[in-house]
Amino acid sequence: MASNLYNKTGHLSRLIVRQDRIRIPLWLIGLTFFTLIVPPAFVSLYPSQADRNVMAETMMNPAMTAMVGPGNLENYTLGAMNTHQMLLMTALVVGLMSILLVTRHTRANEEDGRIEMIRSLPVGRLSNLNATFLVSCVTNFALALITGLGLYALGIESMGLEGSLLYGAALGATGIFFAGVTGLFAQLSESSRGTIGFSITVLIIAYLVRAIGDVSNETLSGFSPLGWVTSTEAYSSNNWWPILLLIGTSIILFILANYLNAIRDLEAGFLPSKPGRKYAAKLLQSPIGLAFRLQRTGTISWAIGLLLMGLSYGSIFGDLESFFEGNEMLVKMLASKEGYSMTEQFIPQLMIVMALLSTVPPVMAMNKLHGEEKKGRIEHLLGRAVSRTRLMASYLAISVVNGFVMLSLAALGLWGAGTAVMEEGLSLGMVYGAAIVYFPAMLVAISIAVLLIGFVPKWISFIWLYVFYSFVVLYLGGIFQFPEWVGNLSPFGHVPQLPVDEMNFVPVIILTMIAIALLIIGFVGYNKRDIES
Amino acid sequence: MSLLKVTNLTKKFGKFTALDGINIDVNEGEIYGFIGPNGAGKSTTIRVLLGILKATEGGAEIFGKDAWADAVEIHKRIAYVPGDVNLWPNLTGGEVIDLFVKLRGGNNKSKREELIKKFDLDPSKKCRTYSKGNRQKVALVAAFSSEADLYILDEPTSGLDPLMEQVFQECVMDIKKEGKSVLLSSHILSEVEKLCDRVGIIRQGKIIETGSLSELRHLTRSNLLVETKQTITSLNELQGVHDIVEKDQALSFQVDAEELDAVIKHVSQFGIVRLESAPPKLEDLFMRHYEGGKQTEAGAGGVS
Repeated sequence: MASNLYNKTGHLSRLIVRQDRIRIPLWLIGLTFFTLIVPPAFVSLYPSQADRNVMAETMMNPAMTAMVGPGNLENYTLGAMNTHQMLLMTALVVGLMSILLVTRHTRANEEDGRIEMIRSLPVGRLSNLNATFLVSCVTNFALALITGLGLYALGIESMGLEGSLLYGAALGATGIFFAGVTGLFAQLSESSRGTIGFSITVLIIAYLVRAIGDVSNETLSGFSPLGWVTSTEAYSSNNWWPILLLIGTSIILFILANYLNAIRDLEAGFLPSKPGRKYAAKLLQSPIGLAFRLQRTGTISWAIGLLLMGLSYGSIFGDLESFFEGNEMLVKMLASKEGYSMTEQFIPQLMIVMALLSTVPPVMAMNKLHGEEKKGRIEHLLGRAVSRTRLMASYLAISVVNGFVMLSLAALGLWGAGTAVMEEGLSLGMVYGAAIVYFPAMLVAISIAVLLIGFVPKWISFIWLYVFYSFVVLYLGGIFQFPEWVGNLSPFGHVPQLPVDEMNFVPVIILTMIAIALLIIGFVGYNKRDIES
Repeated sequence: MSLLKVTNLTKKFGKFTALDGINIDVNEGEIYGFIGPNGAGKSTTIRVLLGILKATEGGAEIFGKDAWADAVEIHKRIAYVPGDVNLWPNLTGGEVIDLFVKLRGGNNKSKREELIKKFDLDPSKKCRTYSKGNRQKVALVAAFSSEADLYILDEPTSGLDPLMEQVFQECVMDIKKEGKSVLLSSHILSEVEKLCDRVGIIRQGKIIETGSLSELRHLTRSNLLVETKQTITSLNELQGVHDIVEKDQALSFQVDAEELDAVIKHVSQFGIVRLESAPPKLEDLFMRHYEGGKQTEAGAGGVS
């Protein structure tokens, strides 16, 4: 019986290794590199214990504890520092690796129908699951050994053999634990999307429970596997019991997954797949609602991305002045003007990048109209009581609002982070104005997309070429010293560079008028041409 | 009264002539079968009717309005099912149906539920999980739950199973009873025969034949294959027998439906060993039109 269930597990393991012979080594190399590069950096950044104590001082606040977990701040040796700042984050990545690897070989394989073929061969019912577990355990064991020995080999005084091995073991055990979690969800969920979704949710909840527990109540952290990871206190107390706890729980998870796999049908799950809506929401029942709904996820992702970009640009404003003094290249790119600080002179340069990047999502939103046409779904709308003008206007409205929101978010992110890190703060009006002044240029880009869709939809990619051209000549123009007309070919080249330039309404108004003219022509063309199929 | 009138419609894509002077008339309360092989121009004609393609010459009028200029007005009274139903993978079938019904204007919730049940569709599933047949059901439910005056159906049953085809035919009969008109494009001849009052046949962008089913009597010819003990004689002297071909021991030929009785009586005298009968295929019809010049006698009975 047993041999029937597990027949050819070894063969399947070799198959998995063969499929992942690049993927697994890449994960291992990446994680090892990441783990081994940090301690030497700490050595050069904080050479004396006094330096490290200062660091410990700054780490001693609830926000930091919530983020990286508790640490041995009283005796903040290099080893303690490394465990405190790196272990939890690395463990998260290891958990993610296990989730992706296990899903790939269990539920995803089953969903695509490959397991059906495997199972028609003289292979045990549980062989694939256990082959996957075997490979992920070996992978994580190798990770533990390589990182552990690697850390010891760095030869840093406070990083002994036991602590190093424990550090590696904590990473490996986390990986094995999440292999078990994913193996279990691969049985419960009917789809690979669901398996990854549930497993990552467990990972995130484990992280959050630990964050709350570490700040407020240590018992709570005891319920989180990631809380166990930080309890190892590698290089300080060197506790091995959390490793045993992780491995023990993993074994229970493995057994549970095996049991569920044994009693279920192929391609079935235990959690019912969530049925979708039977009726359309009010919002969806119009061309504009549909256009928005189709792009919702992408739009939100772009919005978050641009906000983060603004934030990260803003966060460097704190030590911008000192940064510039050491970089001749950047100084060259800035047209240095008297009477303005380096930060103020840097803002227009950032704004061009942010404006051009913010132009990408609205142009994508507009091009979606043509994408839908190529996929043969525009007929559904035009075949009903929807005029071409209304259809195109719906996409245009979404595109224009999209562009405005993107530009605003990037500017607000820049201002928010900048004002937080700078001693004297930043003026919101100045930053926002410098960004929003690019809006008419963005409208021109959108209107060119409309024009192309209206007349020559085949050439729609031209708009990307144009945006890319604008980026090259305007952002890198300072280095290459292009003649002026090269930049003037782009609508973005006519925008006054606030706050260094004076505000000039003439180009802004002209750009807006050009955009409106192009839009009108584009609409006329769209109303005249055949719809592709 | 003519509800849909296509006059001398020509559509060119560059140098290629997709439609060459097409004329169609659909009267009120009539089901018009629009048949022809793949690539003959059925879908192109329908796209012109919907104002999605612009006619190169000639034009189409629906409800007395121009199909291109007054597209939106016309579409308020039209329900359309495309032959290749492409849907948004991340919306559910139910959401798509609601969207389609709403975009046309008007709403009929009870009919929607009834049709979903009839077509055995799960509206809570995402369109990416639907098969071709299920996507077609979504379009059909959306179309039939609209209170339209003209239904334009472009090969609506190509992905349906026989049971669902039956349901579809019932739905068409229902709307016919309500006095609505249908333009049904298809290449399933039996379906057209069952449902349609009048038929237009298109080939290479030209309407090659049009008329009521009784006018196109030859559409209802059966193909017979008969093997007899003795050689059949004087078969070609009988009325309504066409395309006699000798195959080994057997004879294959076509018989007009109303002459079938007489022909079988004649043939049975020779001692039937094997008798196979098949409905006429659309290809046969086209073949006859190709060979019309050579075999006038055997071939084109109903061709004017």
